[in-house]
Amino acid sequence: MDEQAVGRHGPEFEMDIERGKVREFARAVGLDDPSWWADPQPVIPPTFLTTQLYWQGEASNPWELAGVDIERALHAEQEYEFFGPPPRAGDVLRAQTRIDRVYSKPGRSDELHFVVVVTEFRDNAGELVAVGRMTGVEMRAGS
Amino acid sequence: MSESTTPGTWIMPRLEPWTVGPVTRTDFVRYQGASGDMYRVHHDEEYAKSLGYPSVFSVGMFQAGELASGVARVFGPENLRRYRARFRAKVWPGDVLTCSSEVLREYEERGERRVDLELVCTRQTGEVAVQASATFVLPGGTDMAGVTAAGSSAADGGETA
Repeated sequence: MDEQAVGRHGPEFEMDIERGKVREFARAVGLDDPSWWADPQPVIPPTFLTTQLYWQGEASNPWELAGVDIERALHAEQEYEFFGPPPRAGDVLRAQTRIDRVYSKPGRSDELHFVVVVTEFRDNAGELVAVGRMTGVEMRAGS
Repeated sequence: MSESTTPGTWIMPRLEPWTVGPVTRTDFVRYQGASGDMYRVHHDEEYAKSLGYPSVFSVGMFQAGELASGVARVFGPENLRRYRARFRAKVWPGDVLTCSSEVLREYEERGERRVDLELVCTRQTGEVAVQASATFVLPGGTDMAGVTAAGSSAADGGETA
């Protein structure tokens, strides 16, 4: 993990919220209420913005941005905050990912290294719609 | 902070625990394809074993997603304002997960009624797989269709407002 990574960010990217993708994701997390599907523009499931993985490109890969070896890393925590009703199918978001924080704290046997990666999601007008915060932890053998 | 004093508005639903599973490799793969997280430790048995794991295991976001879905079904996905999941124990094929939620507090913020929930997803062993919290806006107006309303949120055993 790279301690100098704070503030590092990927390029802005576009994310289309598509009905089929919303449905596929909802099905995968057990949120498949038929009455909800009657809506041609269903609202996204709570953790749907994780599908930014399909839009962000390698330059915004949080593990890459933070210089983390994925084989020694674990996803410790994930948060999504919405500043109004969550987006719906048909919305197009602009997003950008940055390294927000890098810190260490003692674990049971080793020091644990944490990174907090923030992605901001904005609508066409530039208004902040949602923020995703991912906390990763790297297990550093023998350190 | 006060509860809504308007009679006849939305009533806090009873939050019953629910189960997910037994979860399967198919569930993990479906989630991986849907999410875009194709890390192979979650579907490639040989690779998982080469790293010292007994088998593949779930993506944490799968059980975090299932946990969120259970409460989104009750409060409405459009009313969610915050969801935070902390990943604890790994989830393995064949696990049966029990999810439960508890009302922490009900309050008003920016002219809206809100509720904070504490959520937990445990394995059949009792180990906690996901610990989470969620905030929903509570709709005004009439009862939500399809929701079994309880007389009082105190029945859920939470520290209700």
